[in-house]
Amino acid sequence: MALLHTVNKSPYERNTLESCLNHVQEGDTVLLIEDGVYAVIKGGRAADVLASVKGVKIAALSADLKARGITADKMIDGVEVVDYGGFVDLVTSNDKVQAWL
Amino acid sequence: MSDVKKFLYVNRKAPHGTIYALESLEVVLIGAAFEQDVALAFLDDGVFQLVKGWDTSELGAKNFQPAYTALGDYDVQKVYVERESLEERGLSEDDLIEMTYEDEDDDFAEKSSIRIVSREEMAKIMADADVILSF
Repeated sequence: MALLHTVNKSPYERNTLESCLNHVQEGDTVLLIEDGVYAVIKGGRAADVLASVKGVKIAALSADLKARGITADKMIDGVEVVDYGGFVDLVTSNDKVQAWL
Repeated sequence: MSDVKKFLYVNRKAPHGTIYALESLEVVLIGAAFEQDVALAFLDDGVFQLVKGWDTSELGAKNFQPAYTALGDYDVQKVYVERESLEERGLSEDDLIEMTYEDEDDDFAEKSSIRIVSREEMAKIMADADVILSF
């Protein structure tokens, strides 16, 4: 049973990402959307937390990255960038979706 | 006795997730028309408002970033950005948009409005304001 977790809050304002990461299991995917994408910025505190997670795929939505000026060179390694079609693929390839709000 | 008051607009929210950033800009632009002493503060997630390079085309939302660079034309000369907030988020001054104003007292030379300040200095800036509007 693989879960897709979506996180849409800034990790610097809410503990949504932290709580999500405390509940993920191996094989799950965490998709960062909206203000959630701020977690991927290299050198940021949240990026360190994100990088320490093992066995879980981390993805971020390209439209939300672009809107916030987060280019590939500013991102930590290991984050898969997906477009809206990729979001749908993640929803269908996982058994359930848990939206962390 | 001057009736010009020092207005400080405090911005603590990221730009797209909520409406606060856009609403703050609207209020700043309105306030600027009343010829008050206006200053803007960006701290916590508010610093994300000034990160350059927005492309909101895929969001279907308006890109209101150019409005920040136009603030100089509204005589907004003081934009304080908190250093600690930048650093915690993996950002530096190089990641920010350019904001400038023309200095009347210096032959209208174009100068940067952005001043990177420490958390301690930010506290003093808040204490020094007559009116604080928070977003």
